[in-house]
Parts: sequence; structure tokens; C-alpha cells
Amino acid sequence: MSGHESTYTPNSAFERWLDKRLPIIRFANDTAISFPTPKNLNYWYVFGAILAICLVIQIVTGIILAMHYEASVAGAFASVERIMRDVPFGWLLRYVHANGASMFFFAVYIHMFRGLYYGSYKAPREVLWILGCVIFLLMIATAFLGYMLPWGQMSYHGANVITSLFGAIPLVGESLQTWILGGPSIGNQTLQRFFSLHYLLPFMIAGVVVLHIWALHVPGNNNPTGVEVQDVEKDTVPFHPYYTVKDGFAIAVFLILFAYFVFYAPNALGHADQSIEANPLVTPAHIVPEWYMLPFYAILRAITFNLGPIDAKLLGVIFMFAAIAILFVLPWIDTSKVKSMRYRPVARQFFVGFVAVCFLLGWCGAANPDDAVIKSLQGEASLVVSYTADGALATSTYKGGEEAYEAARAFMASLPAAAAPSLEAVLAPTFQFRHLSLILTFMYFGYFILLFFIGLGEKTKPLPESIHKSVLRPHKAKTGNPVPAE
Amino acid sequence: MKTFRILAISLAGLAFAGIAQAAGGAKHPHAPEGGWPFEGATGEYDLASVQRGYAVYKQVCSSCHSMKLMSYRNLGEKGGPFYDPAYPNPNDNPFVKALAADNEIVSPTPNDIGEFEMRPASPADRFRSPFANDAAARAANGGALPPDLSVITKARPGGASYVYSLLTGYPDFEMYEDRVTEANGETVYQTVIDMAKFDKLGADKPQHGPAYLIQPAAQYYNPYMAGDTKPNYLGDPRHAPPGGFLAMAPQLVPDRVEYTDGTPATVEQMAHDVAQFLAWAGDPKLKARKETGLATMVYLGILTILLWFSYKRIWRKVEH
Repeated sequence: MSGHESTYTPNSAFERWLDKRLPIIRFANDTAISFPTPKNLNYWYVFGAILAICLVIQIVTGIILAMHYEASVAGAFASVERIMRDVPFGWLLRYVHANGASMFFFAVYIHMFRGLYYGSYKAPREVLWILGCVIFLLMIATAFLGYMLPWGQMSYHGANVITSLFGAIPLVGESLQTWILGGPSIGNQTLQRFFSLHYLLPFMIAGVVVLHIWALHVPGNNNPTGVEVQDVEKDTVPFHPYYTVKDGFAIAVFLILFAYFVFYAPNALGHADQSIEANPLVTPAHIVPEWYMLPFYAILRAITFNLGPIDAKLLGVIFMFAAIAILFVLPWIDTSKVKSMRYRPVARQFFVGFVAVCFLLGWCGAANPDDAVIKSLQGEASLVVSYTADGALATSTYKGGEEAYEAARAFMASLPAAAAPSLEAVLAPTFQFRHLSLILTFMYFGYFILLFFIGLGEKTKPLPESIHKSVLRPHKAKTGNPVPAE
Repeated sequence: MKTFRILAISLAGLAFAGIAQAAGGAKHPHAPEGGWPFEGATGEYDLASVQRGYAVYKQVCSSCHSMKLMSYRNLGEKGGPFYDPAYPNPNDNPFVKALAADNEIVSPTPNDIGEFEMRPASPADRFRSPFANDAAARAANGGALPPDLSVITKARPGGASYVYSLLTGYPDFEMYEDRVTEANGETVYQTVIDMAKFDKLGADKPQHGPAYLIQPAAQYYNPYMAGDTKPNYLGDPRHAPPGGFLAMAPQLVPDRVEYTDGTPATVEQMAHDVAQFLAWAGDPKLKARKETGLATMVYLGILTILLWFSYKRIWRKVEH
């Protein structure tokens, strides 16, 4: 199925026999050994292999955890703690799995930003890109379902917030929400179906990963220049040993980061409320998702206004899903024929801005929407005395420091007892996270719209003639005697 | 384009400035002087302190708080405070057996005639719960449910420091004043605290007194408790003290617990010990985790170096 000529020669009688019946060794050889790969791939290209490792780690640890986990509202919380205490190396399995989700998303975001930067979504790799987006969607769903299972406070109330989003859909929303929850509210049946689906989806991810790799091996890898392979001899090296060793090195470095979190900061990426057993009657002060969902959560909460017949909640849901959906159509939004941002001076600046916007959205998602973005810029709160005068509610406002308080007190003392005065502090209006989130949401979508227009008129830098020419160091290029690939 | 880049950089700077600012509400918990021995890459629990902490839990906390995830055998497991290498199975450890037998529990399994009788606990039993169920616990505590302490250090930001700060953060009993006022022709009796005299608040202390905080009935002020003091504060609401109210009265008074190892039972010492005990209870595998971590890091470090040189060697003839 790979787009290159097979280099496999069966060496033994058994291999020749098998090759005529099921050429599986030939297939493995052509896919993972001899596959011609551009020789100029940099370290941003190692995350595909890292992600494959992440998926394997999650599936292996997850299968063992499922042997000890109890999917019931009465026992889930205690069973997770029991895994950590009484199952041999259960603490390791659980911390690897929990932190593994964070590592998986960390890697997938870099992988996606790399694709955005080097134009890996453009022809002839549109299907490859879309399959990647499908994997990302499945990952989000799997992570969300899995977050429910420890049955902590955030599990319950986070699931409540997210499933209620489906309730915002007109006409079918309420029925859809009931169908997802398996009843009118979150209960044992919800936990069991979430567990069932959390076990199913990773295998669907694995299936789409196979398609993703297939779609990668038909056109072959993109590369930092965005120039397609012209001469397999000069432009490429076989995947093994060149990229197996390079990816292997990167995986080892990545595992050091992974191990740091697992062994030395296992709960650093989690939320303290997850160690409190779910209680429907007590809502946490701030419901926040895991860090990797924060940018999307910020977009969801940024929309606080109605648009015609669409109310704010539904509009927020639409924007949040649109933030992911727009990635699916990106290959047709970006009008530039040049793939790599290296040669797109204008678009490149906006790409840097886009990455910053994504980080800032994450920051907004973690914050309380009503808080001041910069506390020191917020003026002093004013004091408001509320009282009843002639049977109607009246207020009197005092601004300033200590003297305002004295004045407010004096005023309250001067009122008759029947006025029942009360004093409260009203924060000065300031630039809040809800405002910043809204601006950033428009900047997020603005990037994609800009890509459409920039592509139409951008003056790009000259592209290298070939991958081979692009990697020559200047002094060697002068001699005209490049070192050939092995 | 320059402007765009400047904008992006300034936005990023703004993000860092925002992260630096502290979240409002309760006072930020602090570790005891000298920090915790179990912090850092090689830190371990001070098991003598964990042992004393168990005494504090047993004699003070356990009259209201359950620890449902803990069994007495945990005390004698590897990494636990009463581990004895002579008894790899903690169920055989006579000391752990004696500690367990100190507690009368309702047997979780019925006897021969189908009744659940009272009996001394064995190492295999769960920690004795002070109340039969949550409703009983609420009824005995003025409607408030004392939280289970099994994983309390994981369930609160600040962990052991939070427990330590909360237990030592209450105002002293001498600070409570009775205040009598007239409102709508009725005499009102209130218990108040003058925040201007509460030195533990540090920089949050009001400059001028008296600045009274009214204690609600059966509630106690603590600067480390999450909550809101504004409705109860008689001073400037813009400078309401940090923290909130909880149903637990200050529990630790000097010498409330008698330590068998002769350590003076000061409030700080007891708070330190019980916080460390709870940290151990919430994360009993800390030592094994850090030891495995060190071995893993050494292995990965060597593997990374070897792979780096393999990479350099394999690619040496390819310009890339």
C-alpha cells in the first residue's frame, strides 16, 4: 500500500512460502524499514512516533487498571485509591495512566502546531490531516470519558457541565442529553457507559492511527521545506535505521519528562477536588477541566451574548465545536500554494500570534471569568450603602480610601433604624477574563480567515530547488560536491 | 507585522504577570519552620513524627473524623510508621495488632447467629469510623459533616501545609469577646474577634481597631479556611480578613496528647505531626515511588546518551 517500490527479498524458504500467501513481512519491511523518508526532518517531526508510544502506554496501563477498577458510584472512588494502595505497583500504573493523558495531549498539540507551521495539511495530504483531526476528536472524547471514572468532584461536576451542553441543542437537545446520560441525571448507569466507551474509543483511535499512517505513506512525509521529494536517492533516507534511531532518541528524552511527572509530581497536573469523592449536592467553587481542554473551555465561556434566535449557551457550544471543526476544512481555507511557513514571511508572523492566542486562551480557561486580568490595574472598590427611604430601595455610593469608609459609616448612623442600611463593596469595572476570552476567541478564528486572504496576495520567499539542495551547508554548496546519502 | 509581534509578546508577558498574582480568598497555607522532610526528589517521611501523628489522630481527630480508606495493617506495611522488618506481613506484627485491638468496632461480618457484634479490631480491619453514617455524623456536629481524612492532604491545595496552617491558624481563645448590642429594640449577644489584634494575619491585619468579626453560632473563624468573611465583618468590607468559618472548634491545646517518646506536645508540634501522618496516609507509597523514580531516571539517562551517540554515528555521513 505504500507508494514506493518494494525492496524486500525473502531470504528463507519459509519467508518465500509466506510471501506468496500473506506478504506481511514484505508489508512491515516496506512500511517501517525501507520507507524513504526526507532527510531534512527536524525534531518537530519526532512527535508522531512519540504519540504512537503514548497510545500504547495508555492502552496497556488502561487494560490493567480496568482489571481492578469498579465502575459504580458506590465503589469507584475507593477502588481507584485501592489500586494505588493495595495493587502491586498500582500507584505506578495509575500515575502513568493519569499523567499519560497529559503527555499524550502535550505531544499531540506540538504535532498539530508542527503540521500547521509546515503546511502538512495541504495537497496531497488533506486526508492525512483530516484523519489526524478525527484522532484528536476521539482523544478529547476518550479523555473526557476517562476523567469521569475516578468519581471525584471534578469528574461529576465537569461531566455535568459538558453533557448539559448537548442539552443546549434545539429540539433534540434534552432527549439527546438524557440518552447520553442514560437517565435524567448522572448516575450509576452514566458511570458504567462512560467506562464502557472509555475502553472502546482507544481501539477506535488505534484503528484511525492505522489509516493515518497509511495516508502518510501514500504521498510520503512532508518536510520543513514543503518541497516534495524529487529524487528518492538524493532527497531521502530509509526510515530504518535513520529515523528509528532519531525517533528513539526523542522518545527517550520525552520519557524523561514523562517520568518526572509520574515519580516526582504525580498530582501536579491534576486538581485537588478530584481527591474528594463526587457529591452532587456540593458544587466546587470553580469547575475547570484538565489543562489540555482549557482553551476550548475558554471559548465556550467567552460567548455571553445572544445572537438573534440563538441563545448564549448554544452559541458558546457552536463556537467551541467550530474551533475544532475549522481544522477539518483548513486544507481548503489556506489558499497559499507554498506549504512551509519558512517561506511565508507574513503568514509566519500570524502563526506565532496564533500559538500565543492558544496559550492565552488556556490561561483564560483556568481563570474565573469575572476576575480582573491584571489585578493591579483594578481601581479601589467603592462602598455602596443600601437602605430603604420612603418605602423604596435607595443606594448611596462612596469612593476613596479610609475616609470613604468613615463617611459611609457616618451616613449609616444618621439613618433611622427603619431604613435598615447595609454596606457592601462593589468592585471597580475593569478588564476581566471574560473580555479577554472574547477577544482571543475572535483572534483564534481570525487566524484562519487571515490565512485565506494572506494566501491570495502574499509575496513568498524563493523555495529551494529540492530537499537535497536545501540541506547543503553553504561552504559545501560552493564546491559543488555534496555528500550523497548512504 | 512588527506591531503584531510586539502585541503577541506583550500578551505573553501579561500572562506571566497574571499567573504571578495570588488568588484571593483564604490565606495561602505555609509549611512549618524547616519545611517538610518528604519534599524534594529524595525526601522521605519522618516516621517518628508519623507515629506521633497517629497518636494525635487517635486521641483527637478520630472522635469526629473517619479514615475509611485506611486499615490498621497499613500502619505496619513497608513505608508505614510501625513497619518492622521482622514482620513482612503486618497482620503478624504484635505492635500493630495491639494498636488495632485498642479500637472497638462493629464487626463487618455477621457472627454464627447472624448478628454484627462489637469486637476489638484486627490489623485487617478498616480504621474505626466515629459515626455509623453521614447522617449520624451531621447530627452530632451541628449539621456539618467532618470530612474523611484518608486523602485530605491530596484533596486540599497546599496538602500537609494546609492541615498544619489550619490547625495552628485559629485565633487564641483569649481573643473571643462577648459583645452586646441593641438592634430594633432587641438585645443581641454576639461573640466577636477584634481583627486588629490578630497578629497571625500578618500583612492582612487591619491597621486601626477595633475591627470586629462576628462569629456565627457554632462556627469558628480560621484564615486558612475557604470562605467569605464579608457578611460577618463590621469593618471596611473592602478589607475583610482572609479565610472563612468552619464548624470545627480549635482542637489543639498544649499537652492535649501525651507523646510516649517524650517530645513536648506543643500546638505546633502536634499540628506538624498529625499533618505528616495525614500526608503519609494520603500517599503511603511515596518512598517506593521516589526510589523507583531514581532507578528509572538513571536508566532513561543512560539510554538517552546511548541513543544520542547511535544517532550521531548513523547519521554521520548524511547531510541533513
